[in-house]
Amino acid sequence: MTRTRAVVQAMDVKWKTVAVVCTVVAGFGLGFGVAHLFAGSIAYWDVVSGPFYLTLRVAIPATILAGVAGITSGYVLAKGRFPGRNVLETIGSLPIILPPTVIGFYLLEVLAPGTRVGGFVTRVVGHALVYNVAGCIFAATLAAFPFCMRAARTAIEGVDPSFEQAARAMGLSNRRVALRVTLPLARRGIAAGLTIGCARALGEYGATLMVGGDINGKTRTMSLAILDEFTAPERNTMLLILVLMAVAAMTGVGLLGRSRV
Amino acid sequence: MTPALEVNVTRRIGEFDLDETFSVESGLSVLFGPSGVGKSMTLSLIAGLLRPDTGTIVINGTTVTDCAQGTYVSTQARRVGMVFQDGLLLPHRTVLDNVALAVRQANGRIARRAVAHTWLERVGADQLSDRRPGSLSGGQRQRVALARGLAGEPSLVLLDEPLSALDSVVRRELRNLIRDVIVSSGVPAVLVTHDAEEAEQLGDVVISMDDGRVRAMRTVERPTSPQSEPGSTTSAEAT
Repeated sequence: MTRTRAVVQAMDVKWKTVAVVCTVVAGFGLGFGVAHLFAGSIAYWDVVSGPFYLTLRVAIPATILAGVAGITSGYVLAKGRFPGRNVLETIGSLPIILPPTVIGFYLLEVLAPGTRVGGFVTRVVGHALVYNVAGCIFAATLAAFPFCMRAARTAIEGVDPSFEQAARAMGLSNRRVALRVTLPLARRGIAAGLTIGCARALGEYGATLMVGGDINGKTRTMSLAILDEFTAPERNTMLLILVLMAVAAMTGVGLLGRSRV
Repeated sequence: MTPALEVNVTRRIGEFDLDETFSVESGLSVLFGPSGVGKSMTLSLIAGLLRPDTGTIVINGTTVTDCAQGTYVSTQARRVGMVFQDGLLLPHRTVLDNVALAVRQANGRIARRAVAHTWLERVGADQLSDRRPGSLSGGQRQRVALARGLAGEPSLVLLDEPLSALDSVVRRELRNLIRDVIVSSGVPAVLVTHDAEEAEQLGDVVISMDDGRVRAMRTVERPTSPQSEPGSTTSAEAT
């Protein structure tokens, strides 16, 4: 253990980053492989693989998008001095409070091609954000966002401002203070938020169902497939893979928080 | 000759009222007084970490704060180096990175690190380059903090009770180091302490503060021969 710690301390920052990313990827791979072994048969894979890859295609970008948006807004809420900060946080936290189907309903209301916003998005992106993977990603991002935002705000507020003052006295611009001092010092709390956000994106169900439409082979993620195939034998494989993916994601992101990158 | 620092400010926080006027030339000036008289607050005002209610602060002829004119130069642009009581080294970075981060005069990571190595050598801490602040002793941390405070070629160095958290042996050792490094660098410095012996040994000028006011200011005559003891003083008018 001590030797491992010594090796990790001796590593350059970029190699530590590579190691953490590899750990996350390996975590997902391990979850996928072990699920195969425990499922006992590869016969289900034809059925399972579609929802599995779709879940990855949805959860990974959704976590990244929710992470970027959540950390940015968490930083603004923690450091900004403007009226209505708490109101903004409450609005940003609505996806936690509201039932997912309600969120899905409002998303449909807003993003459907016939609406003003939906029409605009369709013109800009080239297609609607409903009944396709983009819609699923949007719904999962919205579900994961408040966890990332709230955790980031709390973690950033917990950073001792003396370190930031010391960095400013060294001549670092406010942007460099944020990137080189505040966010690295808040990384554990931020990683905790990303972990929960990732788990939420993996398991997102209600809004995805409404916005994605649960189309087999197109928008049916594992959470939706488990419900649809409740009596089918492959559901156990999917359940196991989903559990292992969640554990792998949590372990990987947890390592990211503990690492000294 | 332009004073290194001119301070003429007031600042009220709660019941505490700071109202001071002083100026210092080059060399090491010491703000001396018991705890709670406004010494550290004065440093924060000079560094721009705190804004005064009224008054002006001039560093090397450049007005960095003028409340009447609405002038307020940001902390980053003041080019002051700071050494804090507990070092405040960034715990997630190595010693070398901590110092390199403060280097402003070199472009590129390698050049900044080279400058940082030079300063770490000057304070006798180059062998600690790859270590994290968490694994350093208090004395080692302050050596690194001193290197970091000077590495950015500041026009003024501010030292906020840099020795108060150290034991007496390390404190004596670091007193000599601080004086040697500051004097040899030629950068004017203001050091805060509540230790009379420390003020006497370190300062070219000792500014005594009490209750938010400058009460006395005296020049410490330094011996020309290295064998002589410092401490003989002459009076100077407090402004």
